[in-house]
Amino acid sequence: MALQASESAVVAAADTDASAPRRDKLRFLRNGKTLVGLSILGFFVLLAIFGDALAPYDPSARGPNIMASPSWDHPFGTTQTGQDIFSQILVGTRGVLVVGFVAAVLATVLGVLIGVTAGYLGGFGDDALSSLSNIFLVIPGLPLIIIITSFLPETNDLTIAAVIGLTSWAWGARVLRAQTLSLRNRDYVQAARATGESTWRIIVFELLPNLTPVIATGFIGTVIFAVLSNITLAFIGIADISEWNWGTVLFWAQNNQALAQDAWWWFVPAGLCIALLGTSLALINYGIDEFINPRLRNEKADRSVTMRVGFTPVLRDQPGVPAGVAQAGSPARVPAPAPPPGSAPQGTIRKDDQA
Amino acid sequence: MSSTPPVLEISGLNVNYGLGEKAVHAVRDINLTLHRGEVLGLAGESGSGKSTLAYAVTRLLSPPGVITGGEVRYHPRQGTDIDILSLDSEQLRAFRWSEISLVFQGAMNSLNPVHTVRSQLTDVLKAHRPDMTSAQRQKRAASLLSLVGISADRLASYPHQLSGGMRQRVMIAMALALDPEIVILDEPTTALDVVMQRQILKQLSRLRRELDFSVVFITHDISLLIEFSDRIAIMYGGRIVEEAAAKEIYQTAHHPYSHGLLHSFPALHGPRRELTGIPGSPPDLTAMPPGCAFHPRCPKAFEPCDQRVPALEPVPGDGSRTVACWLHADH
Amino acid sequence: MRYLIQRLGFYLFTAWAAITINFFIPRLMPGDPVASLITRYAGQLDSKAIDSLRTLFGLDNEESVWQQYLDYWGNLFQGDLGTSFTYFPTGVSEIISQSLPWTLGLMGLTTLLSFLLGTAIGVYAGWKRGSWVDNMLPVTTFLSAIPYFWLGLIAIAVFAVQWSVFPASGGYDNSLVPAFDWPFISSTIYHGTLPALTIVVSAIAGWILGMRNMMVSVSAEDYVLVAQAKGLPERRVMFSYAARNAILPSISNFALSLGFIVGGTLLVEMVFSYPGIGFVLFQGVGAKDYPLMQGVFLIITLAVLAANLVADLIYLLLDPRTRREA
Repeated sequence: MALQASESAVVAAADTDASAPRRDKLRFLRNGKTLVGLSILGFFVLLAIFGDALAPYDPSARGPNIMASPSWDHPFGTTQTGQDIFSQILVGTRGVLVVGFVAAVLATVLGVLIGVTAGYLGGFGDDALSSLSNIFLVIPGLPLIIIITSFLPETNDLTIAAVIGLTSWAWGARVLRAQTLSLRNRDYVQAARATGESTWRIIVFELLPNLTPVIATGFIGTVIFAVLSNITLAFIGIADISEWNWGTVLFWAQNNQALAQDAWWWFVPAGLCIALLGTSLALINYGIDEFINPRLRNEKADRSVTMRVGFTPVLRDQPGVPAGVAQAGSPARVPAPAPPPGSAPQGTIRKDDQA
Repeated sequence: MSSTPPVLEISGLNVNYGLGEKAVHAVRDINLTLHRGEVLGLAGESGSGKSTLAYAVTRLLSPPGVITGGEVRYHPRQGTDIDILSLDSEQLRAFRWSEISLVFQGAMNSLNPVHTVRSQLTDVLKAHRPDMTSAQRQKRAASLLSLVGISADRLASYPHQLSGGMRQRVMIAMALALDPEIVILDEPTTALDVVMQRQILKQLSRLRRELDFSVVFITHDISLLIEFSDRIAIMYGGRIVEEAAAKEIYQTAHHPYSHGLLHSFPALHGPRRELTGIPGSPPDLTAMPPGCAFHPRCPKAFEPCDQRVPALEPVPGDGSRTVACWLHADH
Repeated sequence: MRYLIQRLGFYLFTAWAAITINFFIPRLMPGDPVASLITRYAGQLDSKAIDSLRTLFGLDNEESVWQQYLDYWGNLFQGDLGTSFTYFPTGVSEIISQSLPWTLGLMGLTTLLSFLLGTAIGVYAGWKRGSWVDNMLPVTTFLSAIPYFWLGLIAIAVFAVQWSVFPASGGYDNSLVPAFDWPFISSTIYHGTLPALTIVVSAIAGWILGMRNMMVSVSAEDYVLVAQAKGLPERRVMFSYAARNAILPSISNFALSLGFIVGGTLLVEMVFSYPGIGFVLFQGVGAKDYPLMQGVFLIITLAVLAANLVADLIYLLLDPRTRREA
């Protein structure tokens, strides 16, 4: 779903100035949403790296405590064979992230190659490549992935990542094609062409830097999709169930009637982890969306003043608003009706006013 | 011209973008009067605050614009004065378009792409003249189009089926739908070619004479202004720096900025003059220079200019015009 | 009209491509899956089923690939999708025609409902920016990140196991005979409520966010400002000017995300053992019933293409710029 939310933003942004991000490349890191998203993602990346070492038990080892609810020994409880679910989640993080990122890298590379080439070439090449991406776009992805994976004689994390990557590049290609088309006619690209720069130089040095935010949203959207697909494959038992990931945990929970036995701890932690990871990725994407399309930015304005299109607020009756600023050089200060924390106390401002 | 009674009086108007510490002061202490039947030109480079001023007057300034002070008083032909800044949302809706209408900058985006010209002409009638029947609205819409020289069968067209010039004329027809007292033109012809520009402006002048409304005409093209307006106010850095009859400004610009502006565009009529332009670029509203905002670019800047802001005051020896410049200060 | 023919051509082409991909998937796979299946079903597969498998994987060495391809099309046109061996000897087409109405009903209703509801909330949230709805956005983001099937599990745990308000599985009460009478229909509604709620809750968040963002973008367009300047009533500006334009990309997105939604819905059917096509796919996957899986994939793809065509038609009606005079 997050895919679709970000597409609308990207499409909207295609109309606005795509070269704007050049000005301040790191600005989006200061966005609160991006920061929260990156922190959660960072946490999961750490788990993926150190999960094996951190896990208190061997995730596959049976134990004496069967179907135990969460306790100090087993923070997420145990399975009906006494396996520690906390360890399963910790160890399973790596598989989830590896498949997500490998698939997304593959899909992004394909998407950039196909989308940018189509947009830059135009003509017959464009027609052929766009038809190809449109076909892959309308064929439902998850069923296709399920079919291909179940036909494979052997599945492991990498083959699954490959299948997901090879089937989910079309969305990125489509958006990139549209962006490339609009960039191709910009002055600086035309100028580079006129001076006889080679096509590849133009694509790599003039186009790609401007496509970075679009590529980034596409990449993260694909990670979300790949993570969900991978977990789904594990959940329905197509993926190799001997490799731990959050979907495998859910697979065993479902197959052992965890629901009917009220063993909520067996499936709740894995689901929450998926949702948390998905949320963090979506937040990063919102940050990038707001970076590309400033209209989406929610100014942290004073909530007591309603800003709405077509009805400019008039604050002249509010206390503390200077009737006129005498000195042009002095920074204009209009304290909001309720002063934000950390601003000058209202008394001082009043005094300035009456002066 | 100034003998006719005022129809719109702006006093002490201040506009900010944003709230609190980060607010940018875009329009400062504007006092300006539009007289009945007059064409008032607002000139200045982009960022001078001329459009901000026009949108603030109609309360149409988009977020994060905030009006932080002043008054905008509208004098109807009959009845009591209205302070536009004190109207609530519903009063504002009723007031809009029937008293002040606008023709916007972007001819391409001003029309709703998914509705026909007819629907966009009649919805304003429906909103403000609930007594009109559907047939009367249709008739009115057709006659509005003929006013700007477009045939009535274009009523069924969608905006994308019209040329740029035609779209802008539809916008003008729309602006006249309720016989407003004031029409604000915000760069109405910027997106059009020169021939189309002059055609549309001539048409507007004729309509203004026939229908007797007042006009606020905003453009960066000062030679167009001189030709089509009666009086001109020149803005720089959010303030009015000079105000005078169009002819007088053309003959003698008192403010060095007005002078520079006049010499950056070729005159449409009259003798040729040397184009010099203005060195430097318009000030950054977030970091305004102290004193007169123009002093860093001013060839005639002297001692007080970077210290104190000059007030907009009558030019010594010529009470009909005002200028905000230390060169002409009466101290 | 030209636009319509173009789209129609595209969907026909895509249908051809999907069918061709379907034909080649088994043929491109390494190894001999038939042999392993025969061992797996040791003795349970009769010679007819083995034949159908050999045809599916293109192991009839006597025929050229081209001849196989033509045969494949011939069978398709006769509605023959092969024989399932989990439901042996029932044909795949028969199984699908029994389960498809369930899926179409559940998926059609919930997708439409979540689209309409989500769009309405998104319109409101985007228009009244900074209102309480905006504070709900983090929750919505979280909801949209939850996999459909997991939400289904939670719904079962809470509403079927903890409090037995709704049944945990099935599409109707098994003691009833499917018929067009009230007991059966009410049982269908009763069984369908929980899966439907699961899908709506999972899917709606995406529509809210997408529509909200489009509303915010469109609200800054000149024509919305013009509408305000004209003093039109708030409802007219909000719906006829802002929402009417903001919904256009939402409809193209609808077409694009349909494949995604379908995937999620199939999983919900699996979790609820709902007698639709998703549950059939799940059983086919579990039993490595290749003919069944392929048939299901083909039907899902064709259904999604048909839905895309409908979305295109609606777009055509809503956007005058795509309507060109002859």
